[in-house]
Amino acid sequence: MPIALEARNLVKQYPGVLAVDDLSFKVEEGVCFGLLGPNGAGKTTTVEIMEGVTPATSGAVYYYGKPAGSKFREEAGIQFQSTALQQFISVKETLEMFRDLYDRQADLDQVIDDCSLRDLLDRDNRKLSGGQLQRLLLGIALVNDPRIVFLDEPTTGLDPQARRNFWDLISRIRSGGTTIILTTHYMEEAQFLCDEIAIMDVGKIITQGSPETLLKEHYKNVIIELPLKEFDGDLDGIEHRIFETQGIIEIETDDVNASLQELAARTSGLNGMKIRQPDLEDLFLDLTGHSLRA
Amino acid sequence: MLKRIYAIFRARNLEFVRDRGTMAWNLILPVMLMFGLSFIFSADRPVYVVGVLQSAAEIDVGVHPFLQTRYIDFVVINDEETGFSRIARHQLDLLVQFEGPQQYWINPDSRKGYFVELALLESGSGQGTTLVKAQIEGDAIRYVDWVLPGILGMNMMFSSLFGVGYVVVRYRKNGFLKRLRATPLRSLEFVIAQVASRLALIVMITSFLFFGTRFFLDTRMDGSYLTLLTVLIVGAICLISLGLMISARVTSEELAGGFLNMVTWPMMMLSGVWFSLESASEWVRRISDIFPLTHVLDAARAVMIDGAGFVEIAPQLTTLVIMSALFLSFGALAFRWHPN
Repeated sequence: MPIALEARNLVKQYPGVLAVDDLSFKVEEGVCFGLLGPNGAGKTTTVEIMEGVTPATSGAVYYYGKPAGSKFREEAGIQFQSTALQQFISVKETLEMFRDLYDRQADLDQVIDDCSLRDLLDRDNRKLSGGQLQRLLLGIALVNDPRIVFLDEPTTGLDPQARRNFWDLISRIRSGGTTIILTTHYMEEAQFLCDEIAIMDVGKIITQGSPETLLKEHYKNVIIELPLKEFDGDLDGIEHRIFETQGIIEIETDDVNASLQELAARTSGLNGMKIRQPDLEDLFLDLTGHSLRA
Repeated sequence: MLKRIYAIFRARNLEFVRDRGTMAWNLILPVMLMFGLSFIFSADRPVYVVGVLQSAAEIDVGVHPFLQTRYIDFVVINDEETGFSRIARHQLDLLVQFEGPQQYWINPDSRKGYFVELALLESGSGQGTTLVKAQIEGDAIRYVDWVLPGILGMNMMFSSLFGVGYVVVRYRKNGFLKRLRATPLRSLEFVIAQVASRLALIVMITSFLFFGTRFFLDTRMDGSYLTLLTVLIVGAICLISLGLMISARVTSEELAGGFLNMVTWPMMMLSGVWFSLESASEWVRRISDIFPLTHVLDAARAVMIDGAGFVEIAPQLTTLVIMSALFLSFGALAFRWHPN
């Protein structure tokens, strides 16, 4: 697969803050690339540099091997974290206006159907719900039939049902061969959508790869979860990594049978116990700061 | 390029036209002002204005006792043609010359001219010289005729500066400009679209007001409509460009409001919207020359009241074109898409 987008040694220095610290990575054509990280990690700044809306202090972005320029602007679709639209303008007029800014144009009917906007076409932008606005913003990102789409935390603030619907929509776009760059706080979202992820912290990428590969690399064990309120025993002396977060005790083990026997011998309160594989949420928290578990 | 400009132009027009509150305010305010002023100034202003024909810039009140008469504004007139024209239009109640042959001119149809003449003859009775009297005839210009260009110009100024400046700052603050930045749209295209959109609206609204007052108040129009339209378009472009320049980098509506007020209020007071600046001091007139609105109003009044053509108003049009080029250049160069 050709490299659709490449960031080379990106640096963004704000007064007193190094937001992006010598960042380099490549995104292959047709993949969904997730950029994850805690608040302030530099995800949005990195994405905005790649989108061309924020200049880098140093470094460069390459689109299909050439410095990202007018061709990139013509072929990129962008959805910001939040965008205010013009007032007193309908959904259809907004889509038409943005489409007319491009020489490369998508079939508007197709975009409208893809983003489920058909029933909203005459509605004033100001009267859209959060989910409807996100669908419109995605529609705007698609009006130029983009080869690459940037989605910056597109499902933040949506209810679970709307988020699921949005994921289906993004999956359909990806299945058409469009390259997607996604930033998100939701690890479940990244796991569901992304072929490859990069986890950022303090302006740097601390790990990168496919979700499956990263989980295999970082975890050989499974996790036993116990609700704290139902556990009446003593954990001292258990030779496993143990974390406590939000009323749940998590025990990481490579021998479930042995661990269960040991726990059963120490307590009568194993009701509510769950055994699961580590997921990106665990990896994210492990890599970006255990303080989140406090 | 044209397609992108038209896309922004159309969307901005729709946004404005559908914002009924703003639209109504743009129409109602000047109409109310026009009719209110027409009522208030249905009688002439209670101040006598006398032109003193002389080459010097300052009037020496010791030359003649008449020049010390209270309640009369004495205005220096440097050339006969201007003085005669103003007497004919009743813009001067009397024109007097003490340099060389002492003489004066009045309009026989001017009521105020009659009383000022009495004051002149009375004050000069002990001087031992005789002033030669001449008459110049012509119809009076009502205040409403004189002030109409001022009201239209003021409305145009507010519409241009606040209608563009505020909107651009709002777009920048709420991130809409940043979103446009992520498209192939260039800053010059955006600026041109904003100018074109506001220009179309100003021409529409000003024409509506102009023909409305002409129909209801029978206001004066001695020049050609084409010349006046040219003044309107050139003036509006200049004021819109000024609004764009002011808003080119500002990210706060409060700060933009401060800047815009700082520009609009002096223009409203010192550009001759309400009263002529002829009797104002020299430094006031010099300051007024830096305001685009002064040149717009001078040109518009010359066309509407004196029937001036393109040649006569060429200096004002040239000044406005130069100012527009400067404002647009600075605006485009300094333009900022980002809110921070």
